[in-house]
Amino acid sequence: MGDSVYTWAFPMIALAPLFAALVIFVSRFFCPFPNKKIASHLAIGSMCLAFFFSLLAVINVADTQQAPRVFNFTWFELGTNALQLGWIMDPLSSIMAVMITFVGALIFHFSTAYMGKDENYQMFFCYLSLFAAAMLGLVISNNLLLMFICWELVGVASYLLIGFWFYKPSAAAAAKKAFITTRIGDLGFFIGMLWLYSETGTLLFYDANGMGCLEQSAVAKMVGQTTMVGMTVSTAISLLIFCGAIGKSGQLPLHVWLPDAMEGPTPVSALIHAATMVAAGVFLMARVYPLISAAPPGVAVSGGLQVVTWVGTLTAVFAALIAIGQYDIKRVLAYSTVSQLGYMFMGLGVGGVGVAMFHLIMHAFFKALLFLGSGSVIHGCHHEQDMRRMGALQHHMKITYLTYAVGTLALAGVIPFAGFWSKDAILHYAWGWEVSRLPFFIGVFGAFLTAFYMTRQVVYVFYGKVYRGDESHMPEEVPESMTKPLIILAVCSIALGFLGMPWLPAFQAFIEQVPIEAEGNFGSTAVFIIISQVVVGFGIAIGLAIYGVLPHEKPEHPDEAEEHLPNQFAVLRDKFYIDELYERTVVKWHKSFGNLADTLDRKAVSLGVMLVSFVALGISWLSRFCDDYLINPGFDEGCKRVSRSGRFMAKLQNGRIQEYLRVFGVALALFLLTLFITGR
Amino acid sequence: MNESHVITTITLMPLIGGVLVMLLGRSGEARVKQVAGLISAVVFVTAALIWKNFSQVNSDLQFVEQVNWIPALGVQYFVGLDGIGLVMLMLAAVVTPMAILVSRSGDERCAFYYGLMLWLQAGLFGVFTAMNFFHWFLFWELSLIPAFFLVRLFGGAGRQAAATQFFIYTMVGSIALLVGFLGLYHATGTFDFVELAKIAKGGSLRLTIEEKLVWAGLSGTQVYLGLAILVLMGFAVKVPLFPFHTWLPATYSEAPSPVTMLLTGAMSKLGIYGLLRLFLPIFPEAINMMLTPLLLLATATIVLAAAAAFVQTDMKRMFAYSSVNHLGYCLLATFAVVAVAEDAGFDRAAALNGVVLQSFNHGLTAAAIFAFIFFLEKRHGGKRGVDDFGGLRKIAPLFCAFMGISLFASLGLPGLNGFVGEFLIFRGVFPLAPWAAVLALPGLLITAVFILTFMQKVFSGPLNSGCESMADLDASERNSMVLPVVLMFALGVFPGFIIHAVNPTVLKLIEGLGGK
Repeated sequence: MGDSVYTWAFPMIALAPLFAALVIFVSRFFCPFPNKKIASHLAIGSMCLAFFFSLLAVINVADTQQAPRVFNFTWFELGTNALQLGWIMDPLSSIMAVMITFVGALIFHFSTAYMGKDENYQMFFCYLSLFAAAMLGLVISNNLLLMFICWELVGVASYLLIGFWFYKPSAAAAAKKAFITTRIGDLGFFIGMLWLYSETGTLLFYDANGMGCLEQSAVAKMVGQTTMVGMTVSTAISLLIFCGAIGKSGQLPLHVWLPDAMEGPTPVSALIHAATMVAAGVFLMARVYPLISAAPPGVAVSGGLQVVTWVGTLTAVFAALIAIGQYDIKRVLAYSTVSQLGYMFMGLGVGGVGVAMFHLIMHAFFKALLFLGSGSVIHGCHHEQDMRRMGALQHHMKITYLTYAVGTLALAGVIPFAGFWSKDAILHYAWGWEVSRLPFFIGVFGAFLTAFYMTRQVVYVFYGKVYRGDESHMPEEVPESMTKPLIILAVCSIALGFLGMPWLPAFQAFIEQVPIEAEGNFGSTAVFIIISQVVVGFGIAIGLAIYGVLPHEKPEHPDEAEEHLPNQFAVLRDKFYIDELYERTVVKWHKSFGNLADTLDRKAVSLGVMLVSFVALGISWLSRFCDDYLINPGFDEGCKRVSRSGRFMAKLQNGRIQEYLRVFGVALALFLLTLFITGR
Repeated sequence: MNESHVITTITLMPLIGGVLVMLLGRSGEARVKQVAGLISAVVFVTAALIWKNFSQVNSDLQFVEQVNWIPALGVQYFVGLDGIGLVMLMLAAVVTPMAILVSRSGDERCAFYYGLMLWLQAGLFGVFTAMNFFHWFLFWELSLIPAFFLVRLFGGAGRQAAATQFFIYTMVGSIALLVGFLGLYHATGTFDFVELAKIAKGGSLRLTIEEKLVWAGLSGTQVYLGLAILVLMGFAVKVPLFPFHTWLPATYSEAPSPVTMLLTGAMSKLGIYGLLRLFLPIFPEAINMMLTPLLLLATATIVLAAAAAFVQTDMKRMFAYSSVNHLGYCLLATFAVVAVAEDAGFDRAAALNGVVLQSFNHGLTAAAIFAFIFFLEKRHGGKRGVDDFGGLRKIAPLFCAFMGISLFASLGLPGLNGFVGEFLIFRGVFPLAPWAAVLALPGLLITAVFILTFMQKVFSGPLNSGCESMADLDASERNSMVLPVVLMFALGVFPGFIIHAVNPTVLKLIEGLGGK
């Protein structure tokens, strides 16, 4: 197919779901007949259409192997210039679009059953479609501004979906927290974008003449300049943009919103807070990789990449630690997501776009699987989320159990599941990082923790002798419309990893558009595999040793780890007290600042009014003086009124419009008088 | 309609319409409202026709009418429209019918109420089209009078104090402005904005002033700066600029909500318009001399107003502060454009286009928000505390959807109208005055915090007691709000609609600023 087809077909990837969202919204409020099913069909249909177009794009990109193809257009004319936006069709955007539309369609399908009885069914699909449109727009945009626009829109869709059950105060609070926390990061993104714009004069990533802001000439210019503390401008800008990624991808120190976001319906957690939106930060950094990786000659690794690596590494292990101390099935997964996103950033820092994207895509499949699995568990257990009130579900929910096991093995990194290949690639690169080997060791420790907390979760939920929930309501397997997506995702979580094996990293080569070339020799790779499998096996073994076949039959029984190390466990359970810290500092300061501004105003009011009333009093006296002695001595009555109104104004109980109008009149008269005196 | 008298016609329409409405007297509110609505609709159509016939490639004044009035004094009846005036005129033409449509005075003096609204519109039209200080100032003052009476006669419990404060504040500003312009006239002998801007552009304004106005031992520069400050005062009160803003929350909250819609939607733009028309082109050098303090005041306006909004419990006070915050961005950009910088053409164009766009968008959005607050007030016996409501999404989904969209527009969500203006303003200000842009940035965040807190309290959570029987938007309310909400989307996606009308004017304005 020629390019001309893609000029309209490619943007359709984002526009189709947007259209669906609009139609659903309008029909929800203005349609005379019931249209519940139409809404979900429309949403799923638009996703399938978008999937079809993304597949075409991937095939075309793989076929042609050429420079990114861009479709730019003018948004509006400004000054003597124009503001251009555009779409980009390259490996990065097309592979993301395929993943989002595929996983998205499955999750939409899952939701038809999961949300089937909800009274706001249509709005749920409206928000989901809005989200999909914004997310797809984000990945295919060729302009940082357009990306920022979509970035904010996914934020608002996430806000709407987290707070979907708005009557729950906790959901409303979580939605607000998510939006505000990410917006803090977005301020950095915003400034970075403005800076980039004023440095390069464009926000197009690539344009037809090689003048885009990520292209050779622009980047070279920014690497050549230094700014505060000796940073190059390119590093400073990319770090500001990274602030946005920190917020969106829940990295330290802005990770606090993501676990709370689990208040949303579980399909939302699967789609937005596991597979796609939270990975947008990684995608953003992958997109601006030419900028962030640009280093002046003589510097091996740019400052920007170093920061990204360290933030990612620390978050990976920090979140994994917290995950150990959680009881809510979804919160464990949420912290796991934070941790895995940390790995992606680490991969981006140490190994580049290919490795990071590989882990991103693999993670999207197996984490969506795990979240949908947890949704299925929650559904089966009649809306119970506390793992202590589950148990022995392997007997009640067979398909859910098996698929969940696949997801767990993939996440833990057991060969040959998808997560194994992608996480090992990151660790492999971390070993070879020029700056430090510490990220490698921390990463390996994180892998151990991951295996451990997932083992704990699986034991709690699926193993054990008895079901610890309400026995009059035994759990039961979910309907087929929910198990089908689970099976498909499970198959993907096994099969897709082979695309990026170290001996044949086809995926990475496709992303970076280089010939396929094995990483290292067979021997060293094998050593890494053995090391990682030993670590993972160790994690699983310890998990089983501690939790084993859970002996408790009552949910009140404390956690094994809690029993033996209560203080340490409490720290993990309470998430290192970060939320409390923020509550007592930033949130409190913000409130006091507001009060200060308000008090300032109220005091300033009284002060200002006092001053003005003196002036008004003066003018009134002057006016009285004129009336009394100069103009009209006869009108005693009028004078009394004037002086009375003067006193009124002093007290500021009342104002007399006549007085002001008189002042106005006097002023105008003076004005005219001056004119006549000074006029030519 | 005679082509050459377009502006006079559109200014007279609401003026005469107002008289007609008042003559209707006691024929019942429904009828009076109908007539007033019809008149404002006709005015809106006329304004739309003007927009359509306005040439968007032409940077000159259009629809000019110029008649000598008092030749001896250089006073002319001189009206015309450029891009900036056109956008402001359009805004007044959009907001007035909105305010009339949602109004319900419930007062036997309703004819007076609707008449005053139309007069206020006429005053605004006069200001936005006048090119000679003499009648510009007349309209500037005259627009204040209907506003004063609307607050004073129809407002809430504290209306008297609020109206007084409003009047005194603006009067003081106006007198300062008047004195400033008398000084200018003294030095240059003209009241014509175009002439004055030309003199300033040539760089001779300051010299003329320094030469001709030697007062009481003040140096020439001091006199020049003094005049600039006097003129600025008039606008600083109106916009408002910190610390001259304290009249605003009281006035906005005491005025009946539809009147607040007019005040914030259209009348608050008088100050911005004045700055762009009278201050920026005439006193660029003075702004440059005071740049740092002015930028500091503008950032203080932005941040403090947002912070103050956060702790308000009265919805109207909250969004009054929000208005101060939003117009603060306009002030920031208007001051920053005079900063001397190399190759600043695009930055300045972005900033000034942003100012006009932001003015329009704020007018539309804030008016819509106050309309929604009015609907809440109506349903809850006049209560409008943030804590008096809760869980409204359950019983009033359409209301929450529409108001939610307006709130997100106010928050600056991309895709809705508010974002583009703010983006352009920051895009322009950042290279010209990076520190001011960064200092102002928390304003964006705090706005998000208080708006989301508002939505959390009012829309979400369990249904508040006392709200159970609250009705969703009825058909007439829905119909009156559909257009503004659609406009919010439309302008968010196609801001070119406004920018293309303004851009030539902005380019001309920048040319006048000189510099590198």
